[in-house]
Amino acid sequence: MLDLPLWALASKLAGKELTSVEVTQACLSRIAATDPKVGAFLRVDPEGALSAARAADASASRGPLHGVPVALKDNLLTAGVETTAGSQILAGFVPPTDATVTARLKAAGAVIVGKTNLDEFAMGSSTESSAFQKTKNPYALERTPGGSSGGSAAAVAARQVFGALGSDTGGSIRQPAALCNVVGLKPTWGRVSRSGVVAYASSLDQVGPLARSVRDAALLLQVIAGRDAHDATSADVAVPDFAATLEDGVKGLRIGLPREYFVEGMDPEVAAAIRDAAKTLEAAGATVREVSLPHTKHALAAYYVIAPAEASSNLARYDGVRFGHRAKDVKQLKDLYERSRAEGFGPEVKRRIMLGTFALSAGYHDAYYVKAQQVRTLIRRDFDQAFADVDVVLSAASPTCAWLLGEKLDDPLAMYLMDVLTLPTNLAGLPGLSVPTAKSSGGLPIGAQLIGKPFDEATLLRAARALERERTLDAWSPAL
Amino acid sequence: MKLELAQVRHVAKLARLSLTPEEEARFLTQLSAVLEAVDALASVDTTGVPPTTFALSTAAHVRPDEVRDELDVDVALRNAPQKVGTSFAIPRVLE
Amino acid sequence: MISDFQPVIGLEVHAQLLTTSKLFSTAGTTFGAEPNTHTTPVCLGFPGALPVLNARVVELAIRTGLALECRVNEKSEWSRKHYFYPDSPKGYQITQYEFPICEWGGVTLELAGKRVRIRRIHIEEDAGKSVHDAADGLTLVDLNRVGTPLLEIVSEPDLRSADEAVEYLKILRDVLVSIGVNDGNLEEGSFRCDANVSVMRKGSEVYGTRCELKNLNSFRNIKLAIDTEIARHVDVLEGGGTIAQETRLFDVNRGETRSMRSKEDAQDYRYFPEPDLPLLLVTPEEIARAKATLPELPQAKRRRYVERLKLTEYDAGVLTAERGFSELFERCQAAAGVEPKKVANWFIGEVSRLLNESGVKPGEVKFSPAQFAALLMAIDAGTISQNAGKEVFGEMFHSGAEPAEVIARKGLAQVSDTGALEKVIDELIAANPPNVAAYRAGKVQVLGFFVGQVMKALKGKGNPKVINELLEQKLKG
Repeated sequence: MLDLPLWALASKLAGKELTSVEVTQACLSRIAATDPKVGAFLRVDPEGALSAARAADASASRGPLHGVPVALKDNLLTAGVETTAGSQILAGFVPPTDATVTARLKAAGAVIVGKTNLDEFAMGSSTESSAFQKTKNPYALERTPGGSSGGSAAAVAARQVFGALGSDTGGSIRQPAALCNVVGLKPTWGRVSRSGVVAYASSLDQVGPLARSVRDAALLLQVIAGRDAHDATSADVAVPDFAATLEDGVKGLRIGLPREYFVEGMDPEVAAAIRDAAKTLEAAGATVREVSLPHTKHALAAYYVIAPAEASSNLARYDGVRFGHRAKDVKQLKDLYERSRAEGFGPEVKRRIMLGTFALSAGYHDAYYVKAQQVRTLIRRDFDQAFADVDVVLSAASPTCAWLLGEKLDDPLAMYLMDVLTLPTNLAGLPGLSVPTAKSSGGLPIGAQLIGKPFDEATLLRAARALERERTLDAWSPAL
Repeated sequence: MKLELAQVRHVAKLARLSLTPEEEARFLTQLSAVLEAVDALASVDTTGVPPTTFALSTAAHVRPDEVRDELDVDVALRNAPQKVGTSFAIPRVLE
Repeated sequence: MISDFQPVIGLEVHAQLLTTSKLFSTAGTTFGAEPNTHTTPVCLGFPGALPVLNARVVELAIRTGLALECRVNEKSEWSRKHYFYPDSPKGYQITQYEFPICEWGGVTLELAGKRVRIRRIHIEEDAGKSVHDAADGLTLVDLNRVGTPLLEIVSEPDLRSADEAVEYLKILRDVLVSIGVNDGNLEEGSFRCDANVSVMRKGSEVYGTRCELKNLNSFRNIKLAIDTEIARHVDVLEGGGTIAQETRLFDVNRGETRSMRSKEDAQDYRYFPEPDLPLLLVTPEEIARAKATLPELPQAKRRRYVERLKLTEYDAGVLTAERGFSELFERCQAAAGVEPKKVANWFIGEVSRLLNESGVKPGEVKFSPAQFAALLMAIDAGTISQNAGKEVFGEMFHSGAEPAEVIARKGLAQVSDTGALEKVIDELIAANPPNVAAYRAGKVQVLGFFVGQVMKALKGKGNPKVINELLEQKLKG
């Protein structure tokens, strides 16, 4: 039962072939059995989940996810349930309201099983900067699941839940999806409401699904997408029926392979897998050509100015006054701030706050922040130009397969390089999707990334489905 | 660029982070390394290029001038580390 | 000493906008409530809470820009201004920095006969309140006021004295109140002012170093603080010293200004465009709509009263001080169709007195302009005396009664019927030959005796004008 894709489970639940209670019980048992090894969950809510499941079984269908157990990254607010964003500074924080995505999942009938681990405030690429625990890759327990949505990716890969939500600021959905052999979709910026998402970098953050099949991802996106009155930046763009075009194939689809995305230091096996994926799509009727995104090499630098700058601002609210950690025995305001924040934030978060504060500070603002925003314009224009000739861009989602836990922990730059293929998409606000495409010689998952035009998630899903159809990777489950 | 210790301290003060001497030293090295990588941006010709704040231009949403969804005061204060009556409490601020 | 120096003053006004809910949060803007009873997660700076703009604020900002003759920008931008303080829950204030909604307007000072330029008007959110001495060793934080919409109106340094500054502020306040965007209350802080003060040698074109004065909560204090600060600058400069650019607080009790922050703490606000809020776009249609609904402004109205209604400057000033009052005046004036001065006298006298006594707002009075007109006509026609008119108006004001009904019920109508009056007068003349003789001998004061007797006979309800005429005619024989 746990191997069923979400869409198949949903249809069995709708047809009363299964009850939500038995499915939820199965998930809870699976979590109890496997999570001591995987560490995907920060918090499991058995009572809440079972009561939602019982309610689902007792009521008429409320929506496409009626009775389906799912998990949420712990930077998505859940009313009345602790939400920490993986940070000590929010330990014990109980939000009064749901994130819009949480509310939409609930309204669609979903059963929320628990909250998954993440890099602290979603800042990281390995889920190791979580203040609470390390998450392991279910396919290789000594390796990282990627990050920052490593908990959600691992939970889905480990068959603990049928789908999950993550957030993606520089690749935090797509990269762990690639490393954990699941599908991960970062929608167009503005497609999904950010209300109730613990902010990292507002102009880059976007919530999206992690799932075991492309159809599952489409189904989850369908539920969470669309304009929200609580987020002034959520787009007033019609949400198409993603499932309707899913099986339309790629005949005539123009695919671009950006030459700059075959970067130095890339695992040759990953590069080969992407070229192979291109061939597969070509064989299915697509045309493939090389394209150029010339400013790609500056994306990392621009990102590591813009994201920390916004983060330094978004994290100014953690001051120990109204919620969150407060240092003991503080006598003055200065100590209240400086010590509460020093004790509450971990090293990676402090590093980014420092970096961002510097980039915005008097004397450096123009040389760093403004310059990075200008380069961001150039990166966006690169994509505009490429999309004049192609419909989607194909690349790897991560330059390497899952690396060993601890391997890059002391070298921030090496860690930041793991986002190099995903973060240009965030800078340009475009949708990006990671779909499993190969198994490495070392037995590790490799994911292909598809990047689309603004609000054209439908084409990404259709192309990903075409690739998925030619692979049998969804049947490859981790041996836990 | 390579930072100096005084700059690290100044930024930490702006960011309201008290750093240990080890953290100061570590950030000095790490932030300098990141900034040196970032300095490559200076080589990009951005003459006449406008900055991008929003990757995609969206229409600004506005809302009607109506009172809705106010929190009960006990809910507003539920997460407070310290409170007195219905106020948040902090150590006395000397002006 | 001061005569060698030219003061230079620029003002920053913060005016709270009269909205029901806050700028970016759906919490109410009620004042004086229990601490933290009007908040949402947005006000509290909770994780994940996002700002959504109140449409009404934009309307009010456009209206203000137009009233102050500014250009209203079709595109303006939100920025974050960073500072840590307990009453600033997000660690930044959302404001407009590089691209404000309105720019380059101005105000004309009538007394000084000059134009004061307004550089910009922008929208921003208010902070909460910290109470420092309420509990033992603690500061208490109340976030009810957080996020209340403010307009910051920044003048150019075109003002040259404290008196000019006060005149500018009074005009500004009158405008904001008259267009319904602000309640104009300095004491309660809904209309706040900071002053940038410097001095330069007369004839110089280079401004001196300026200091920013805060805590100016009445027109009197504003004048006092600016004068005090000018004197301090002159003193320091005359003594060969230099002025440090800083923020200073006016201490009303000591009558001095003192430094608030040391230089060491120089602020670095790290402004950058607010990524949670798209650009604020204003369409030409919205601007046109605001223009069409903009009421006549106090200064223009005063001019009209003087020039067209031929009222004195004083009368015009009193009648236009409050918008509702002048609206009522104009409605009554139009209905009455008598010379404006007569209506003005009633408004400055009885109407104003009864409004003050009763606390009723001009827009909520019980009498109609038509009733007011009927009252004035009754007086004009001599049906009732001026004094009886006041009595009748008192009733109309409190109950909305028809004047004719009140006059009849109270029997206030004057006897103007010459037939009836002649009868009384003839009897009196017949009964008082010596007085008649005295009058005819040139002792005209005797007329008063006869008037009094006629009035007595008519129980005070005779029309004095008619009585006088008839008596004179008859006594002359």
